[in-house]
Amino acid sequence: MDLENVMNKAKKGWAELYSGKTPLILIGAATCGKSAGAAKVKEIFTEETKKRNIECNIMEVGCIGMCYAEPLICIKKSDDPLVCYGNITPEKALEIINSHLENDNPVSEYALGTIGKGTLKDIPELHETPVLKNQVRIVLNNCGIISPSEISHYFANNGYKGLIKALQQKPADIIEQVRESGLRGRGGAGFPTWKKWQICRDTKADKKFLICNADEGDPGAFMNRSLIESDPHSLIEGMIISAYAIGANTGYIYCRAEYPLALARLDLAIKQAENLNLLGDNILGSGFDFTIKVKEGAGAFVCGEETALIASIEGERGMPCPRPPFPAVKGLWGKPTIINNVETLATVSRIFQKDAKWFAQYGTDKSKGTKTFALAGEIKRTGLIEVPLGITLKTIIYDIGGGIPEDKEFKAVQTGGPSGGCVPKELLDIPVDYDSLVEAGTIMGSGGLVVMNENTCMVDVARYFIDFTQKESCGKCVPCRLGNKQLFRILDDITKGKADKKDIDMLKKLGQNIKATSLCGLGQTSPNPVLTTIRYFKNEYDAHIEKKCPAKVCKGLISFEIDPEKCTGCHICFKACPTDAIIGKPKETHLIIQEKCIQCGICYESCPDKFNAINVFSSRN
Amino acid sequence: MEKNMESVFSKFTGQRHELIQILQKIQEEFGYLSDEQIANVSEFTKVPKSKVYGVATFYEQFRFSPIGKNHIMLCRGTACHVKGAPRILDEIENQLKIKTGETTPDGEYSLEAVACIGCCALAPCIMINNEVKANLTPDEVKNLFKKN
Ligand SMILES: Cc1cc2nc3c(=O)[nH]c(=O)nc-3n(C[C@H](O)[C@H](O)[C@H](O)COP(=O)(O)O)c2cc1C
Ligand code: FES
Repeated sequence: MDLENVMNKAKKGWAELYSGKTPLILIGAATCGKSAGAAKVKEIFTEETKKRNIECNIMEVGCIGMCYAEPLICIKKSDDPLVCYGNITPEKALEIINSHLENDNPVSEYALGTIGKGTLKDIPELHETPVLKNQVRIVLNNCGIISPSEISHYFANNGYKGLIKALQQKPADIIEQVRESGLRGRGGAGFPTWKKWQICRDTKADKKFLICNADEGDPGAFMNRSLIESDPHSLIEGMIISAYAIGANTGYIYCRAEYPLALARLDLAIKQAENLNLLGDNILGSGFDFTIKVKEGAGAFVCGEETALIASIEGERGMPCPRPPFPAVKGLWGKPTIINNVETLATVSRIFQKDAKWFAQYGTDKSKGTKTFALAGEIKRTGLIEVPLGITLKTIIYDIGGGIPEDKEFKAVQTGGPSGGCVPKELLDIPVDYDSLVEAGTIMGSGGLVVMNENTCMVDVARYFIDFTQKESCGKCVPCRLGNKQLFRILDDITKGKADKKDIDMLKKLGQNIKATSLCGLGQTSPNPVLTTIRYFKNEYDAHIEKKCPAKVCKGLISFEIDPEKCTGCHICFKACPTDAIIGKPKETHLIIQEKCIQCGICYESCPDKFNAINVFSSRN
Repeated sequence: MEKNMESVFSKFTGQRHELIQILQKIQEEFGYLSDEQIANVSEFTKVPKSKVYGVATFYEQFRFSPIGKNHIMLCRGTACHVKGAPRILDEIENQLKIKTGETTPDGEYSLEAVACIGCCALAPCIMINNEVKANLTPDEVKNLFKKN
């Protein structure tokens, strides 16, 4: 009853806030927005509107997903739709205040698009623009629109309606609906969520646990961070529903320490939920008790693996154990434990806010629903997107992502992080679903997509990933501990031009063996980046054997030279060189002493664009 | 035992599973874990000192010597790598005259590499004292640090 009042009030407050009677200014203030200068933008809006006596509400929101256009703001005024502005500088901010806030004249030139009812002249509807046209936003629905610090905003957008519905049903029925939805784990392996829950439900025990995996170990991915920073309650609601279904009374969120803002927003959200008896004893009079604790990770990639994560929560070194027994049967402190990814759980709350069939209409036969992806690397529109599964990589990269900057040539897209692989241009038409990606030698992973262009060296990328995994290997099993180290040595030799053809075969053989014999998922997948790059980019490996790095990346192979025609003797490179390898007097042509050069590229960076006098070569002459 | 340590311990019960959180709290307060503090933790949790070290050294996060006033975390994630993080690292090391994992002699800066800051859309980036600097170029790095 009490909650119903709160929810009704929330709805009214929300309608009022978005009515446009008082102008509403949204400032994108997730980590991406903040690092691009959101604080400064907010300050300008706050001060200027005060100075000019413009009454308005200024509100920090999460990330709408268009990180490439940060700092980003949106303005809702009068009956107009919400107008989204990108790449805000102090000058642009002032112009928008003059024109849009003071004179009701939206600045179409800086606008990315409009959201909501109505249209404006010269500004497209955001949902019709290429970025959003191909997206289906279910999990990300609230992101960038609601304040992550206000539980009332979540209420006003159907928040906790799914929980109320779920608590009126039997746990078995909840699991059945998750089965109907076709939801598979979003943390990497894609295990059917209902099946795991069922196993845990069926295991008799005095205590059970639910763990949310927010370790987001894939370096180059940020789906979970962004979701928690933008809409933390969607995770909490999903956790309560899941805990009720499996019969757990204690839940943990294992979140990486490198995400201070996400941690702060989680803490606040948990407190808000506790105050309204959405967490705690006898939740909403249902007789079900559930509490959530947050555990901060301590910087170990392997702790994303289920058994290692459990060891870490128990206060031990994060070393994995052989499975079975699976955690769903014997997990945290020996009790049945379900571990689900952030996105999996947030999706559960959406499924119950609407229904399973609605969710299952998206996606393919075996991979249902939508999935978020983090677009990064050499792509124009970086950011967070959500698409129905089965969409092609080409649509994601070229339509949503806008293609490669500076019209450079696309080379590969890396999916699945250190456990995944690099997909070449020829395969851009394959559908993005769990099974097709495995066929291509990679995995869906948690949703990181890093795009690479002609300037990326694929051997260097393979070396990069193996360097990462050999450092992150926990050391418990030999194939992973020593095998990855050996892979690294061979790759390192190749990038330095010290290897021969036999070494490539060795990489393949060793990689297969590591996959087949490692204890946990880390070693079982770590050779994937090497194996896929050999499979699709063998020519680059061959070039390195011949002491050439075609992408001009590998320091051991490339060389720098000053073009005497272009050098004006500005002396900047001379001062910048850390090894004094450059000689030449001011105003005279300079020269690089090759024996002293360490190929750091600092001279190349320092040479002013107007001269552009330093050339890079793919080999030593 | 130092007074401050008592105030750290007062937030915990000393159970085994709190070990990592206790170490995190100490590092947050003092910047690193000293040998004496590890001994205190061992006493408090009844976990042998060798085991406390075993846990602490397993995790990247824990340090055993003081850090600089300004803590620079360089992202070594995939997106940053592809967008030129190695060049940024070269430039930072060149400017500060230290290597990753070291602190400048004046105690002003320390440099550490982390797996990913989660700001990959604006790569390459680094974090200085919990604040992310994004879309960095080697040129911008030059102006980031106080000249000493
Ligand atoms: C080395 C390694 C790292 C992993 N890292 C993560 C991670 O950061 N986040 C995550 O959700 N799952 C990660 N996983 C997968 C989890 O072990 C687990 O399968 C997942 O959290 C289950 O949740 P889901 O069924 O909802 O996908 C990792 C697995 C391995 C082997
Ligand atoms: S790869 Fe650098 S922030 Fe993620």
